[in-house]
Amino acid sequence: MSAASSPASPAASAGSAAAPATAADSYGASARDRTAARQRPRRRLPLTRGARQRLAADAALLVIAAAFAVPLLWLVFASLDTHATLRVAPPHSPTLHNFSAVWTDRITFTPMLNSLLMCGGGTLLTVVCSALAAYPLSRFRSRFSRPYLLTVLFTTCLPVTAIMVPVYALFVQTNLVDTLWGTACFLAASQLPFGIWLMKNFMDGVPVVLEEAAWTDGASWLQSLTRVILPLMGPGAAVVTVYTFIIMWGNFFVPFMLLITPDQLPASVSIFTFFGNFGTIRFGELAAFSVLYSTPVLLLYILISRRLGGGFMLGGAVKG
Amino acid sequence: MSTTDLTDAGQTGPPPQVRMRRRMRWLPIAPATALLLIFLAGPIGYCVYIAFTDMQLTGQASPSFVGFDNFTRAFHDPHFVNAVVLTLVFTVVSSILGQNTLGLTLAGLMQRASKTVRTVAGAVVICAWVLPEIVAGFLLYTFFNRQGTLNAILDWLQLPHQNWLYTLPIIAVSFANIWRGTAFSMLVYSAALSEIPQEVTESAQIDGAGGGKRLWHITLPMIRRSIGTNLMLNTLQTLSVFGLIWAMTRGGPGDRSQTLPVFMYDQAFNNALIGYGTAVALLLLLVGALFSVVYLRLLREEV
Repeated sequence: MSAASSPASPAASAGSAAAPATAADSYGASARDRTAARQRPRRRLPLTRGARQRLAADAALLVIAAAFAVPLLWLVFASLDTHATLRVAPPHSPTLHNFSAVWTDRITFTPMLNSLLMCGGGTLLTVVCSALAAYPLSRFRSRFSRPYLLTVLFTTCLPVTAIMVPVYALFVQTNLVDTLWGTACFLAASQLPFGIWLMKNFMDGVPVVLEEAAWTDGASWLQSLTRVILPLMGPGAAVVTVYTFIIMWGNFFVPFMLLITPDQLPASVSIFTFFGNFGTIRFGELAAFSVLYSTPVLLLYILISRRLGGGFMLGGAVKG
Repeated sequence: MSTTDLTDAGQTGPPPQVRMRRRMRWLPIAPATALLLIFLAGPIGYCVYIAFTDMQLTGQASPSFVGFDNFTRAFHDPHFVNAVVLTLVFTVVSSILGQNTLGLTLAGLMQRASKTVRTVAGAVVICAWVLPEIVAGFLLYTFFNRQGTLNAILDWLQLPHQNWLYTLPIIAVSFANIWRGTAFSMLVYSAALSEIPQEVTESAQIDGAGGGKRLWHITLPMIRRSIGTNLMLNTLQTLSVFGLIWAMTRGGPGDRSQTLPVFMYDQAFNNALIGYGTAVALLLLLVGALFSVVYLRLLREEV
């Protein structure tokens, strides 16, 4: 669960260096050693006591995990059961019928494509803009960079939900309402503060020395950014990209407010119309669609958590 | 959040060419700043403006300035007071009591548990977190529904069951939010707990401190900054939950699970009172801003 367990890959080093507090690095490193050292004395404790403690922890953890798993179990079972009800029940004869039923343009492909366009476009915009903005913030000193970063951090925490009504009113007045690209731009802007903050911290982890070599060879800032820095902070940039995409993919409120035409709705909203308007809800098909809609983000999350460790992103980024 | 001020490196004396070049190198910050100004600062400014007008969705020539009318109206509106109370209940139950405590418990248990169990439990809890909000809302709707799984379990245990989404809607959505959000606290606390030096805990153990005493006098003080950060971020996230509640109850029955975001939406679109809805939104934004400032303070202490 923690980045500490991963060996000193470029990913881990860029990650741990990303914490802005320089003291945090050495602290993290020593904590790592301690974690390793801790394992030994514990094994030397009388086996019965250690084992008993471990068993108790295991049992408690399994109970909590089971409680968390029940709704997920419903999703899996119902998606495989044509006669699914609201209760968790293993299907009598598991079939993929529900999946084939929703496997149509109208129900699955159009909303998923809309989601992809909206979130892909938004993510691209966020990543490009935040990488560009992070460069001077990370490399040059100015008395305005600290206030800028503080403002960015402040904005990270503002509840975007609260400004959706004025955003809607603005979008109506500027004819941006019901356009995918307008929605993507807004999503990008709402994720930008966090993107800039993450990118800047990752970029701080890339030594300036390497870049100076490129400068002496006559590279411009753009060249040194794209050829030197970004390849070196590849894992960090990947985290920003995937994280932004996951957040946008799951966002319901923004497209729910800003998009109207059914053909343009992304999966997060189309699933809801499906759920809300059908007289008798076909739970099996709904579950199958939910599985299809959720799979991309689950896979993407596994991708970044494998690479950098789950606790890392929060430890390095959110905690400051 | 302005670009123009940023370009000056702030040193007197260098020749104009150097100053020019210094300014040019801040150019990459422009696209991000433009996006932020247009799509975030713009709406926030507009939010402040609309909150003082009587703007409506339809049938109005032009909105007029009404001063603090929207706000006085809000404080005299029983539905608004209801929404504030429900938001408080929702935040306290789901964020402060639920996610925070359960996250810490999970992190503590994970330190002691065997690797397999730790991995499985972590995967399940994180899966609930990564699922899109609307799917989570839908899953928890089926779980708490009268014909849903919770009642099936209660029947099996021969306990009395009830229609949760009707009798205790705010508690149901609070638990839904706990289900969805605990992974974040768990990750934060796992990271924090792994940084506590083992010697400290061990020497306390040798001095005869029991589990409860160690937790209260050693573990909690040592991770207090993580607790602060986590509480702050959880609360901010919980304040802006909309999709989950909308999917489960739509704020109902009546207004019994109508937290501030849902109330705001309801006023602006179902009652067509954009001005009033925005005034509520502004209050929500102010609460968020307040928490943000406290959060920045916490970070500054830490960095």
